Amino acid sequence: MFSTLKEKVGEVLLPGDEFSFDTDDTISLTEHVKPEKVVCGPGLRRSGDRLVVCKSGVLRHKQPNLFWIESQQRRYVPAKGETIIGIVTIKSGDVFKVDFGGSEQASLSYLAFEGATKRNRPNVQVGDLVFAQFAIANKDMEPELVCIDSSGRANGMGVFGGGGLLFKVSLGLVRRLLTPHSEIRSDLDQLFPCELVVGMNGRVWVKSSSIQQSLIITNLLQSSDTMTASQRQQLFQRVKQGPL
Amino acid sequence: MANDSVKLSKNLLRMKFMQRGLDAETKKQLEEDEKRIISDEHWYLDLPELKAKENLIIEEKSFVPCENLKYGRMSFKGFNPEVEKLMVLMNPKEEEEKREEEEISRMQTDVTDEEMALRYESLVGSMKKKFAKKRERATIDQDDINQNVAETHTKRVFLKPQD
Repeated sequence: MFSTLKEKVGEVLLPGDEFSFDTDDTISLTEHVKPEKVVCGPGLRRSGDRLVVCKSGVLRHKQPNLFWIESQQRRYVPAKGETIIGIVTIKSGDVFKVDFGGSEQASLSYLAFEGATKRNRPNVQVGDLVFAQFAIANKDMEPELVCIDSSGRANGMGVFGGGGLLFKVSLGLVRRLLTPHSEIRSDLDQLFPCELVVGMNGRVWVKSSSIQQSLIITNLLQSSDTMTASQRQQLFQRVKQGPL
Repeated sequence: MANDSVKLSKNLLRMKFMQRGLDAETKKQLEEDEKRIISDEHWYLDLPELKAKENLIIEEKSFVPCENLKYGRMSFKGFNPEVEKLMVLMNPKEEEEKREEEEISRMQTDVTDEEMALRYESLVGSMKKKFAKKRERATIDQDDINQNVAETHTKRVFLKPQD
């Protein structure tokens, strides 16, 4: 059914390209074929019965029938369930306003922290960093963040930071950092003890035992955005052997 | 009689205490009337039935399920032990690891099914005795005695102490 789509996997597609699934290439007369569902990820959009490409990039496919467009961009668009690093900008009564680098600030309720009740407010100050996930991310509505999962536990979300360094990288690098069996991650693992918080919005926070080491990791990550794997490994080797 | 010619009003007849005296036919008629009134008052849109067309395309806005992205907090070389614990908790294990674990768990089952069967085999007899009736139990006992003759029951008797 999606043979037209499957043929294009790995090819570059541009916004405006269309796919339609109306015509079945094989129609069986005897048995009733259950129509298959296709999941379209970021970069693909549904319009009626058609799939429309809305970002330029390479078409990717995952079994059984998940398709998406892999593209490079720096602008973050919130998506439900994604975890991001935000900066608290306004503290007003019941909600905090959080800047996450998107088109609009997100709201974060003071009750959406682990162990928070009406009486027991979380200690959040303007300027604090929060690691939170989107509960509502709609293009027509104000996005809403929470710092707890569905069972009410923080699981590492909430206010963090202190002694670390926050910097921005491209969204593509963030995804490369978070993919399973990530090469950058395994390279980092061989350097020195450090801690990373990676938000899907392109913000990365790093903390190490000294400011110097934090800065080194920052520079390494920022420059590895535009490097090939071999170049990066060379650089990491040099840092590892360097007089630190 | 004069009473017969006079008809009671319908509303009066519908009242609870009047129902007892009514005959079956008028009762039926009243019920029908009531039904008609209800169905007349219940109005609906005269539209063809809406058929929800099944949507074959599902949208997913996030990259996380597409690329199996991991949890965003990480710690290297034991810098933050709490985060390392979280990493283990939040990152779903890969399939290879899972398979290995399964094998280990299979090895850890130290009582195999056969062993268990053998063990419970000996229980069958005693359970049978429990559910048997008194007479049957006696026969079962006898059978047992016949089978293993070596086992001799020595009845305990009071032994008179010797002076």
